[in-house]
Amino acid sequence: MTVTIFVPRDAAALAVGADKVARAIATQIEIRGLDARIVRNGSRGMFWLEPLVEVSTERGRVAYGQVKASDVEDLFDAGFLSGSDHPLCLGLTEEIPFLRQQTRLTFARCGITDPLSLDDYRHFEGLKGLEKVVKMAPLDIVREVTDSGLRGRGGAGFPTGIKWKTVLDAAGPQKYIVCNADEGDSATFADRMIMEGDPFVLIEGMAISGIATGATKGYVYIRSEYPHAIAVMRQAVELARKAGILGATVLGSAHAFDMEIRSGAGAYVCGEETSLLNSLEGKRGIVRAKPPLPALQGFLGQPTVVNNVMSLASVPVIMDRGAAFYRDFGMGRSRGTIPIQIAGNVKHGGLYETAFGLSLGEIVDRIGGGTATGRPVKAVQVGGPLGAYFPRALFDTPFDYEAFAARDGLIGHAGITVFDDTVDMLKQARFAMEFCAVESCGKCTPCRIGSTRGVETADRIMAGIEPEKNKALLADLCNTMKFGSLCALGGFTPYPVMSAMNHFPEDFAPVPMVEAAE
Amino acid sequence: MNMRMSAGGLTERSLEIIRELKDLEGPMLPILHAIQDEFGHVPEEVKPLIASELNLSRAEVHGVVTFYHDFRAAPAGRHVLKLCRAEACQAMGSDQLGDRARQFLGIDFHQTTLDGAVTLEPVFCLGLCACAPAAMLDGEVYGRVDEHCLSDIVAEARR
Repeated sequence: MTVTIFVPRDAAALAVGADKVARAIATQIEIRGLDARIVRNGSRGMFWLEPLVEVSTERGRVAYGQVKASDVEDLFDAGFLSGSDHPLCLGLTEEIPFLRQQTRLTFARCGITDPLSLDDYRHFEGLKGLEKVVKMAPLDIVREVTDSGLRGRGGAGFPTGIKWKTVLDAAGPQKYIVCNADEGDSATFADRMIMEGDPFVLIEGMAISGIATGATKGYVYIRSEYPHAIAVMRQAVELARKAGILGATVLGSAHAFDMEIRSGAGAYVCGEETSLLNSLEGKRGIVRAKPPLPALQGFLGQPTVVNNVMSLASVPVIMDRGAAFYRDFGMGRSRGTIPIQIAGNVKHGGLYETAFGLSLGEIVDRIGGGTATGRPVKAVQVGGPLGAYFPRALFDTPFDYEAFAARDGLIGHAGITVFDDTVDMLKQARFAMEFCAVESCGKCTPCRIGSTRGVETADRIMAGIEPEKNKALLADLCNTMKFGSLCALGGFTPYPVMSAMNHFPEDFAPVPMVEAAE
Repeated sequence: MNMRMSAGGLTERSLEIIRELKDLEGPMLPILHAIQDEFGHVPEEVKPLIASELNLSRAEVHGVVTFYHDFRAAPAGRHVLKLCRAEACQAMGSDQLGDRARQFLGIDFHQTTLDGAVTLEPVFCLGLCACAPAAMLDGEVYGRVDEHCLSDIVAEARR
């Protein structure tokens, strides 16, 4: 019987040598004349183990990691094709605690299937949601999504069903579904992983969204820093068209839906929905004032759903298993599961999908295993470059939209960056301002000018120039940016700055000046 | 990439690209990407062609080209090395790695080595944050980059 060997094609696996490993395995198969094939799957999301190679056996899939090309010959000698023991063997993949303890709904297939095999997709419950949807009335689909409690996973947390309802009720000659795949926040890679590892789930989610709202055209706006995701999505759209999932008759129904993949051009601010729409229209990625809401006047002035990749990719399982199934996970007003991305200086970095409600400490210490350097964790930034820095004292905060907001933070796209005790929080605060200055679209003054003044003020504190006065000035500037900026870039940059200043005042204390010898 | 193309050739090829894509909804970014893929940058002479084909002013086209970090006014070196400078990579020492890269290459960010081999650029996140620090050389990604790995990448690029 042919043995299947899985070597991920996820960009993070490629970045640590997965292609070389795959080539070495192919060579060994040929030299030894073995009956085996290689499948390039998505990543399981355990990035500290990548390249993670799996072999399918009668007991299940057996994992080996981190596998280097130079290990491959030895693995074959040890009988790796039958899942035999080896210093790199991690046992059954599904039994690895990091994976076993997860609740994978959105990422159910990621890392298991060949991302571009529709047979695999169907075999692992794919298209079941869409098959139901083509027979349903739009209002019922929208109600199901509303009842699931799904909130926008891009960061704002707006109820997805309500957005869809607005577009469904809006009149327009052409409505659009725009998927925001401009995942620019550091420590986030969930969108990239799903697009590279299970692209059909996003396509299915978009088609469902189209049928629910009466939109027949969709766009996925993917950042140009993700060339692998762009390539996989383009191939997947072609395959879905050929299979009749996209096109004039979705799954043979009376509904039409087609979509296109577009590449961004390196502007972080285009992750903001109105800026993204301008960019998609071919303009400068300048933020638009709201109202009008994109749901009423979005792409080319037409009613448009703008949803994050994760929101859309969560819809198929909701439609397949029902709103109640999804809503049963989570806490408070944060329902369902959230793919938490643990990154930076962390021992077990990766993607961990789970119901809302774990404490930050559990995520960082238990799941992440503390720092990679072995030093104490000093701070974690939650929610990307616009998210707050949390000290250990706040590690009891549950992972929930409202709980984070109550502590002057945000979940954002659920990325967590871990820092050890060597980090200088004044430097991080300065970087937040610098990043805002580099990426500001320039439309509103608090963001455009405030960020540059913020860098200068941080520099003065660093140089020990009137530190108390400059700290007060920085706080005042943050206040202006927070309340005076048009979008989240200028409006949220104060989160990392103020949290760094409030929770780590010692890093903002003036450096004692060495007295000059008389 | 043909940088020795004559002015007439450039116009002709640009118009071909523009006309092929102009019927898309929001054709500007796809056109600019295709132009840059073809010529290695967005030549000044192409802007008025795009403007007239899309019925826009030259200022509007110029505004779009200069807004986005990706579009170049002049060709890059033979290789482009991007180092991630965002927070997750900072937590794993990307600032120090950036300093080493500048030393190895003898240039600062946004500059090209004198032999035209390598352009060094910062990038804010490649989505490889759990394998930090990360880098990209001409579309090839690298994770867990240390000084040794960096010198290999630079040597590869210089060859």
